[in-house]
Amino acid sequence: MTSDTAPSKPAQTELDLPDMAEARNDSGVAAMIRAILSSWPARISAAVVVLIVAMAILAPFLGTVDPVQLDPSQRLQGSSAAHWLGTDSYGRDVYSRVVYGARISLAVGAGTVVIAVAAGIFFGVLTGYFRWADIIVMRFMDGLMAIPGILLAIALVAISGATLTTVLIAISIPEIPRVARMVRSVIMGVRSEPYVEAASVLGTGALKMVWRHMLPNTVAPLLVQGTYIFASAIMTESILSFLGAGVPPETPSWGNMMADGRVYFLVKPELILYPGVMVSLTVLSVNMLGDVLRDRLDPRMAKRL
Amino acid sequence: MLGFVVKRVLSAIPVLFMVAVIVFMVLRLSPGDPAVMIAGPNATTEQLQDLRESMGLNRPLLEQLFLWLGDIARGDFGVSLVSGKAVTELVLDRLGPTIALSLTTILLAVAVALPLGVIAAWQQGRWLDRLVMAGSVLGFSVPVFIIGYVMILIFARYLGWFPVQGYKPLSEGIGAFASRLVLPTVALSFPYIALIARIVRTNVIEVMGEDYIRTARAKGQTERGVMTGHALRNAAVPIVTIIGVSITMLISGVVVTESVFNIPGLGRLVLEAVLARDYTVIQAVILLFSTIYVFINLAVDLLYGFFDPRIRY
Repeated sequence: MTSDTAPSKPAQTELDLPDMAEARNDSGVAAMIRAILSSWPARISAAVVVLIVAMAILAPFLGTVDPVQLDPSQRLQGSSAAHWLGTDSYGRDVYSRVVYGARISLAVGAGTVVIAVAAGIFFGVLTGYFRWADIIVMRFMDGLMAIPGILLAIALVAISGATLTTVLIAISIPEIPRVARMVRSVIMGVRSEPYVEAASVLGTGALKMVWRHMLPNTVAPLLVQGTYIFASAIMTESILSFLGAGVPPETPSWGNMMADGRVYFLVKPELILYPGVMVSLTVLSVNMLGDVLRDRLDPRMAKRL
Repeated sequence: MLGFVVKRVLSAIPVLFMVAVIVFMVLRLSPGDPAVMIAGPNATTEQLQDLRESMGLNRPLLEQLFLWLGDIARGDFGVSLVSGKAVTELVLDRLGPTIALSLTTILLAVAVALPLGVIAAWQQGRWLDRLVMAGSVLGFSVPVFIIGYVMILIFARYLGWFPVQGYKPLSEGIGAFASRLVLPTVALSFPYIALIARIVRTNVIEVMGEDYIRTARAKGQTERGVMTGHALRNAAVPIVTIIGVSITMLISGVVVTESVFNIPGLGRLVLEAVLARDYTVIQAVILLFSTIYVFINLAVDLLYGFFDPRIRY
């Protein structure tokens, strides 16, 4: 959709067909990417995210050494040719740990989005479509929302043991109610739409109704919400690991690096600052992309926040 | 109005009940036998059996739930599994620092965020607005503990203006109390400044588009008068809401900040309890924070009702 098609549009209303066809093609991924990349802050954030993803995937090829290998003779070294960002208190290579840390953070972010969105859709549909489930499930969700997410996650990890899976589940559970609420409100909103009623008169089954006619309405808001959940999951993982209730201590995650660096903070602050900058940069870029997506996809929400 | 208040207050009860049920479920239904966790791996079968008996763990789950709820309703949160002290006592001991930190943080956040949001709205689209908005995204993207450590590094270590860490109660002198509270307060307030400033900006911009603002301008009201007398007053309800939301969100920040600055508050208590697997203490602190959340939401709802009569229905 460039400037040369736009002025001709009002003049030839009858010949709008090819234009519309193009518009339909455009409503897909390509249009979204174009919309996202329409401003400089958005382009920079997208570039940062792409770089961090590339870093995570290519971690073994970026001049890294084994991020969990201990070397007590090389404790707390400064930058050198062998250790680009020095070593930590166990003699592990900080640069390699920072690079490999991207894997954990992105995995936690993506995993949380998948779990929270899947569970949120399930409960949202259940309560939005089947009214009998609404009262009990939504009261439960209200209760879940009232519990501070961090505390619930800390408790869950402490009880079920610190593994990547428990951390993922612990971070996901507090995110579920918000997704469920949103899906529920969309489904309840379209229940009385003429096309839903028409489908209902035609005898469409519940599953098909939800899948074909209702869930497509949740895609845009879910995309926005999912982006924020991704960012907040990365933040929560780093907080949990920092507090000692996160992924297993030997895992090279940014949160764990900061937890390890705490004792030496006044002597060697970079042990906390390198991973800290990475967490901040990742969360910041993803949040910025979330803002752009929200402005593009959900103008009503954009107005509110 | 009275009917509205009663209805809202009553609606908080099922939520609190659900919170208690969830906390109970999390601690009881998770893998692992609480008796084994408490007694340790070396306990004999008889010891475990005795423990289950005394804790009521061998009764049906539903019965356990209601017994526990009954205890809570009477204000009995049990004793710490580690120190043997009453949980209520432990919590009360740690309440002071947390309240002090939360209050100063929310006051600072509101005091800074309100003018920032108004300025950003006023300058909408110009560089000052963009600066505030960029700062706002940054504010809730940087982990609080990073801000905290950087502040310790700059203001305590290099400049030496404040003590590095620790906490002194107000009873030991205002100077000792305040000097240790400045850094944690500023560090913790960042995300809330960001959040509140954003909401203030959005709502002021929205209100500025209303007809009565044009009317006020047309009758010769100054820009300042328009802002304070008309725009801010009408943007007050959502702003009050977001301040309420911020207070509820403070809780997770408090846990982290207390840990960074070595403040012996509730956040540290819950962390210590988690590391020691002190379930009764974890339960009590989570319940306490969740109850605060429910009551703040209730207060916000009621305020809404006072400000905007349409909501009462």
